[in-house]
Amino acid sequence: MSGKIFKFHNDLDTDQIIASQYLLLSNLEEMKGHAFESLDPEFPQKVKPGDYVVGGENFGCGSSREQAPGVLKALGVEAVVAKSFARIFYRNAINIGLPVIVCKELPDDVETGDEMELNMMEGVVRAKGNTYSCTKLPPYMQQILNQGGLIASLNKEEA
Amino acid sequence: MGQTIIEKIISHNIGAESVKPGDIVTVQVDRVMLDDIMIPFIVAKFEEMGFPQVWDADKVVLIYDHLVPASQQDDTRHYKIGDAFAEKYGIQNLHRSDGICHQLMTEAGYVKPGDAVFGTDSHTTTYGCVGAFSTGIGYTEMAAILGTGTLWVKVPETIRVQIDGKLPEGVMSKDVILRLIGDLGADGATYRCLEFTGSAVEQMTVSSRMTMANMAIEAGAKCAVFTPDEKTAEYCGIQLDDFQKSLTGDSDAVYAQTLIYQAEDFEPVMACPSQVDKIRSVKELEGTIIDQVFIGSCTNGRLEDLKVAADVLKGKKVADFVKLIVTPASRKVYEEAAAQGILKTLAEAGAIITHPGCGLCCGRTGGILSDGERVVATNNRNFLGRMGTSKVEIYLASPATAAACAAAGRIVSAGQEA
Repeated sequence: MSGKIFKFHNDLDTDQIIASQYLLLSNLEEMKGHAFESLDPEFPQKVKPGDYVVGGENFGCGSSREQAPGVLKALGVEAVVAKSFARIFYRNAINIGLPVIVCKELPDDVETGDEMELNMMEGVVRAKGNTYSCTKLPPYMQQILNQGGLIASLNKEEA
Repeated sequence: MGQTIIEKIISHNIGAESVKPGDIVTVQVDRVMLDDIMIPFIVAKFEEMGFPQVWDADKVVLIYDHLVPASQQDDTRHYKIGDAFAEKYGIQNLHRSDGICHQLMTEAGYVKPGDAVFGTDSHTTTYGCVGAFSTGIGYTEMAAILGTGTLWVKVPETIRVQIDGKLPEGVMSKDVILRLIGDLGADGATYRCLEFTGSAVEQMTVSSRMTMANMAIEAGAKCAVFTPDEKTAEYCGIQLDDFQKSLTGDSDAVYAQTLIYQAEDFEPVMACPSQVDKIRSVKELEGTIIDQVFIGSCTNGRLEDLKVAADVLKGKKVADFVKLIVTPASRKVYEEAAAQGILKTLAEAGAIITHPGCGLCCGRTGGILSDGERVVATNNRNFLGRMGTSKVEIYLASPATAAACAAAGRIVSAGQEA
């Protein structure tokens, strides 16, 4: 499925994705209207379910707040594609069932507003007539993601 | 083949002969830390997962610090949920107003060398100061640990950082770690463990090592470790056992990278707005006018930090247009600083001394700044908007430098503030 790209810079920290003061709101539905507020206050209105966030190196660095991938998922972001991820963000995203994938070449070739399509299982992105290969998730993490995140995965183990 | 410190800790934990970087293993968790901001989310996930009980109540520590004392009515909701959770599952380790989580975990003896400890805050890397494997996780994973007592981890590669010699007068471990973050870059240690060694590191107090382990995450590191020694044993109030004594990097261990520094080459530095890896010598920045100074946080709010600041400010006054905010990291630090006259010296110089806790560091209370203002701060992050609006400039520095700047009203090197 094709979606619109929202592109962000290198070392994008979790304070920019969702600032500390909003972590006190009681749920992600209340928080999601403040996603990327310091960088693009219109983001929550502009992003549509199925759209993609594209980042540079070290996407999601900083705090351990799971609310960062949480608000992106709540806004319907299909996946985050970046040159590299900070480890806590990466783990949190998988655990809540938000696809994240490393793609070295794509981010430099696209801008906000471009369209792209991701095949997570094959690790391939198509954008602007080009095909980009991404680094596939380790099988262990792909399994958690396929099951819909850590809670679903734990329930399955118990069953 | 030899092993790095983190490989030894993980091998020991899972009962294996050895592990290698990239292995995915399931570790038995020795202790977990839940902080007040995340507690409501952890509790909701724990209940959603349907576990009948916490795997081991004694291994669970709840700490209220970011929201203490409450600055908004809603903050108290977090305490209530935490109190009810502790009551329901028999958790005794509950700190309602004793200070910052990372300070308390080691200070109150919850972490020992060789332990595997996880917390819902990214600065959980701090406990590597006593030779533990510790790192931050999200609230869903924390809920899963509370139910299972286990967590899967990928064994990280190790970057060895060797620092030999003696640090120059006025240079603190904060200057060392800032320089290292500048050299590595904000993602230079991503997924990796930083292993600190060398004679300069051996001379450091546990508090100074804590500052460095605390900021390892700012280079993206998964964790940071120091070899436990006699100082560690004394700090933890234990005798090191054979396993704990073995926690040194073997000479034939495989390192992803080795960085070698001479301690004498370090100088006072600052991380400039708004990136932690934008490191400049204090000398280059001298003269920049400031509005506020913050001395505190889990990075630099300990007794030795407050003492250094008091030594700089003794008999001097904070510039009249500057607000100096001092926030001890814990109640114990607060009491000791009071007993030693450190708080008196700081108060006489014009400091605003606040209650122990996270305070201004997380931008929720106690000195929020507004557009165009500039602050010199001893904490760990200068991200856009962290201490107020996104038009505030945050310079990160050591307590010695911060205190000197408070007296001068501008950026200066310690010793130049008069």
